[in-house]
This record gives sequence, structure tokens and C-alpha cells, in this order.
Amino acid sequence: MSAARRERALVRPHVVTGGRARPTRNIFDLVTLVMAARSDLNGLNPEKRRVLELCRGGALSVAEVAGHLSLPISVTKVLLSDLVDSGHIVTRVGGTDDGETSTRLLQEVLDGLRARL
Amino acid sequence: MDSALVSDGTYVRDTVRTSVKLLIVGHFAVGKTTLVGTLSEIRPLRTEERMTQAGALIDDLAGVPGKETTTVAMDFGRLTLSEELVLYLFGTPGQHRFTQLWHDLSRGALGALVLADTRRLEQSFDIMGFLEEQKLRYAVAINQFDGAPAFAEEELREALDLLPSTPLIFCDARDRTSSTRALITLVEYLIAVQNGSIREF
Ligand SMILES: Nc1nc2c(ncn2[C@@H]2O[C@H](COP(=O)(O)OP(=O)(O)O)[C@@H](O)[C@H]2O)c(=O)[nH]1
Ligand SMILES: [Mg+2]
Repeated sequence: MSAARRERALVRPHVVTGGRARPTRNIFDLVTLVMAARSDLNGLNPEKRRVLELCRGGALSVAEVAGHLSLPISVTKVLLSDLVDSGHIVTRVGGTDDGETSTRLLQEVLDGLRARL
Repeated sequence: MDSALVSDGTYVRDTVRTSVKLLIVGHFAVGKTTLVGTLSEIRPLRTEERMTQAGALIDDLAGVPGKETTTVAMDFGRLTLSEELVLYLFGTPGQHRFTQLWHDLSRGALGALVLADTRRLEQSFDIMGFLEEQKLRYAVAINQFDGAPAFAEEELREALDLLPSTPLIFCDARDRTSSTRALITLVEYLIAVQNGSIREF
């Protein structure tokens, strides 16, 4: 058993996530932008309702959803993953992948920062 | 829906297509929260994760009887850099190196700004070593605290054991222009390394 696996075995799922400690898919970066695709709250538990109500207003990053709702990132990801599965939430843009960031993107960041001076 | 949130700029603009992140790292009280707050267009947000001392994430304290636990907090802010691009800044002490949270923070990050205090330079060694292990590129910003000893740049480079290519800048985390310049220096360095115009090691 790997060290990572052993650590995972210690994890006890939080009740709000319906018994799971991690999302079914790991599609979320902290800066992935999410927004509501459906607004009906039927059949959602209170925590998922809170997420959806927040996300109905517009796009936010995964980290911002966690921050606004005072939820740990880990729990937020599980909730969002379920809400993607049920069609309530869509991801708008991802963070950058593990691969190399393009020079062009870095240049856009630089230009944006310089424009603030 | 809470229309106050919409009108006060809580949400990311509809035109945004790309989101990126930079890490602001350093020891306790070095100015991470201050810098994020100085630059962020939203009221900075904070999240907390509880973990065991061994670094396992826990969602329920009752599940780990007798385990020492720590709370790891990070704060973060947002800068809209153009119609299509937002930058997030994550301030983090980096004391959670083996955790899922650190993986979440470092994965896809463009780079890191290490804040340092000349009264406690040795407290920055650990975090710089860790960033190197993680292959995360960084620049160092000396936050100038009142009454802190002033050193020449060369002395600081030596004390911090910086590579000749690693940028070293002076910064006041309370000042928007100064903090913005620190990020600019970092991103210029990231571009130069990417282009191969400076060598990393
Ligand atoms: N003189 C000076 N004080 C600073 C600077 N940055 C932060 N401080 C002060 O240092 C204290 C700790 O800063 P904080 O941002 O909370 O540190 P953190 O623990 O790294 O998040 C606060 O009282 C800040 O006002 C700086 O650049 N210059
Ligand atoms: Mg802080």
C-alpha cells in the first residue's frame, strides 16, 4: 500500500458530501471556473443548494466557491463534481494543465500586470 | 439570486476565457495576506482545511481519534487582467507539503513569489528548497519592515543562496505599485526561462 493510499484510508467522508471523500472525477483545478447550467433545486441537499444558489449569479473559480461558502476545498470539489454529473453545473474554463504554459499566455499576464501600473 | 453579489463584481466577467494562478509563499507574518489584499479586486477570501500532522486531509475530526490535527489556511484574491483573462493569487505558508492541498495549489501554477523578511531570512530556506523540489519557478521579494536591517543585494543573494538567475526584488506589500512590480518581475523571469533566454540552473 502506498503512503498516499494509507493517508486516504484515514479520510472519513463528511456528511455533506453524501459519504464520499473525493470527487468521482478530478476535473477541478482551484481556478477552474464553474457556473450554473440549471437553476432548479429539486432533490438537492442543503449544501448543494447553497453551491447552486451561489453559482446562479455568474462564473466563479472553485476556490471562490469554497471561500464564499466557508467550505474546505476538498468538500467543495465533491459537491461540484456531483452537480456536474447531475447537469446543474458546467465548467467554463479550466486552469492550465500540467503541461508547459505557453509563452503567449505568460505574455498576456505580463501585459495585464503592466497595464495596472 | 443575490443581486448585490453581481453588481459588486463578485463574479468573473462573462468574457473571461482563461484563468491562471500564481502562489505567494513565505513564513508566518511575512506579508502574504497583505500582498494578496493589496492587489485583489475582490475582498480576499480564505479557506481552511484540517489535516492530521502526517498531512492526511480530514473532513471529520471524529474520524481520527487521538490524532494531532492542524488547520492549514490560505487566502486568495483575483485580478482581472483583460476581458479574457483572470489571475488568481494564492497566499500560503507552504507548511503542508505532502498534502492534497499543496498538490491543488502547485498544479498548473505559473510560478511563485517568495516573500522574505531580512530579520528572519533563514525561515525562507525551507520554502525555497521545497519549491525547487516541486520544480516551481520563483522570484524572491524582500518585504521591507520598519526597523529591519538593510543589506546590499549581493549580501542578500548570498545569504539566501540564490542562483544568479533568480530575481531578487524589494517590495512593500502594502503598496499596490510596488506589489504589482514584484509580480511583473516574476512573470518576466518566467517568460525569459521559457524562451531559453536565461538559464534556470
Ligand atoms: N513595513 C511593512 N509591513 C508589512 C509589509 N507587509 C506586511 N506588513 C505587516 O506585517 C504584518 C503581517 O503581515 P501579513 O500579511 O498578515 O503576513 P502573513 O502571515 O504572511 O499573511 C501585518 O501587520 C502587515 O501590516 C511590508 O511590506 N512592509
Ligand atoms: Mg496570512
